[in-house]
Amino acid sequence: MTRLHVLYFASLRDAAGVDSESVDGTATDLRALYEILQRRHGFTLPVSQLRVAVDGAFARWDDAPRDGSEVAFIPPVSGG
Amino acid sequence: MQRFRLSDVPFDTATLRAELLDARVGAYASFEGWIRDHNDGRHVHGLHYEAYAALAGAEGSRIVDEALSRFDIIDAHCVHRIGDLVVGELAVWVGAVAAHRGPAFDACRFIIDEVKSRVPIWKHERYADGTHDWLHPAV
Repeated sequence: MTRLHVLYFASLRDAAGVDSESVDGTATDLRALYEILQRRHGFTLPVSQLRVAVDGAFARWDDAPRDGSEVAFIPPVSGG
Repeated sequence: MQRFRLSDVPFDTATLRAELLDARVGAYASFEGWIRDHNDGRHVHGLHYEAYAALAGAEGSRIVDEALSRFDIIDAHCVHRIGDLVVGELAVWVGAVAAHRGPAFDACRFIIDEVKSRVPIWKHERYADGTHDWLHPAV
């Protein structure tokens, strides 16, 4: 069991209704974690359109969640 | 200053340019992105930029560092607005200085293109008809 702090931005935050939440889970990697949260919140963006970051740095979808870390799902960006 | 930064208030480009100029500089190229009144056929009233500040700062700085190693430039800076903006406001500025114009132009183009594709900043547009939307371009 890992406890994670998950951050949501832009349309993901709107869909989740919160900008962050604590998540206790048994997901074996970050992809599985997103898929669990996607079902919970009804996110329409597929994993293939997102990037993932851990503790402020880009991470890989097959990285295992680290207890106590901050995970952010990054929707397609639109700065500039 | 940091080579890439987010600003939640309007900023002055003359000051930013002055920070880049010195006796070695023969060329200064800049890019300014402004809020326009339309997008995809819809009338835009204004917008909100949201950023994941910690990662945006790190990724933006990485982009400017890449430009410094890739092009024969002396220095480059980029500032991106966050928060609420109205039509006619400056959203993003890039400045690059070099001995000659070629690398200054190239670095400027590289930085704005990479910032638009990699830095975690999102645009939330408000339309004249009262609706609004996050822009999430298909990857």
